[in-house]
Amino acid sequence: MSTAWIVVLAVGAATVVLKAVGPVLVGGRNLPRPLTGAVGLLAPALLAALVVTQAAGGGDRELVADERLLGLAAGAVALLLRAPLLVVVVTAAAATAAARALG
Amino acid sequence: MAGSRPEARYRDGARAIAPIGLVALAFGVTFGVLAREAGMEALAALTMSATTFAGSAQFAAASILGAGGGVASAVVAAALLNARYAPISLSVASEFRGGALRRLLESQLIVDESWAISRRSDGRYDRRLLVGAGLVLYVSWVGGTALGAAGGEALGDPETLGLDAAFPALFLALLVPLVRSGRTRAAAAAGAAIALALMPLAPAGVPIVAASGACLLGWSRA
Repeated sequence: MSTAWIVVLAVGAATVVLKAVGPVLVGGRNLPRPLTGAVGLLAPALLAALVVTQAAGGGDRELVADERLLGLAAGAVALLLRAPLLVVVVTAAAATAAARALG
Repeated sequence: MAGSRPEARYRDGARAIAPIGLVALAFGVTFGVLAREAGMEALAALTMSATTFAGSAQFAAASILGAGGGVASAVVAAALLNARYAPISLSVASEFRGGALRRLLESQLIVDESWAISRRSDGRYDRRLLVGAGLVLYVSWVGGTALGAAGGEALGDPETLGLDAAFPALFLALLVPLVRSGRTRAAAAAGAAIALALMPLAPAGVPIVAASGACLLGWSRA
């Protein structure tokens, strides 16, 4: 088997397990009491981290400032103006594309 | 919302995520092209999108392979990038119903975007929104990969179009309505700070997993 296929199958199997662990093991039952409080805060914690890593992430051990930050700022302005999700996302992409075209 | 018909909830999830589906399609094409350049057969690229279904891990694995890296480094990098799915899958676990096989299959539709969009204002998750949104993203991602692996570049370079900035903007838009209380604001601030602090120091993926630890602020003593 080629190197690529080994990677494909190993990463696929690992990801299937990571995604299934909650629904398969816990599915339908309530989580233990102390965990529910923590799980309720997972969304704000993880979404904030995703904003940071998607806007300023590079490869390993890398923090980069590029046109994505301008796009994120433009998206934030659209959010402040209470624009719908589609408009926020399109604004961010358009601002980034414009900055790259001009840069 | 509790009284609405199930079909409507699936469709609501699909409709809410539709614009992101187009972005996923464009990145799927890019992954297909990059995977071929990295020496993967079209069928291997397609298999990876169908089983892994997570953009950042797939791009990392393909680029390591393309640069001549070994199996271990590609697998470890991808597994680290996807490690966040363990806490994410735990957070939605109690909403999944039916037999183990059905729960296993439906859980594969969990990705950052379908998960985030399925969170209700009461802090629980709506499985139907997640599945509806996840299906749209899955078809877009796998379909885009097929187009890219078959040699198509019809959609242009996603970065020229600024589409990589769509993701942080999407996550910000989904975050803002959640941070109405002091507790959620603290969790968001801690998550962002942990990620920022670790990004220059740790391999990609680790900052996000570490940031998810900020949710332990909500561990209840009761």
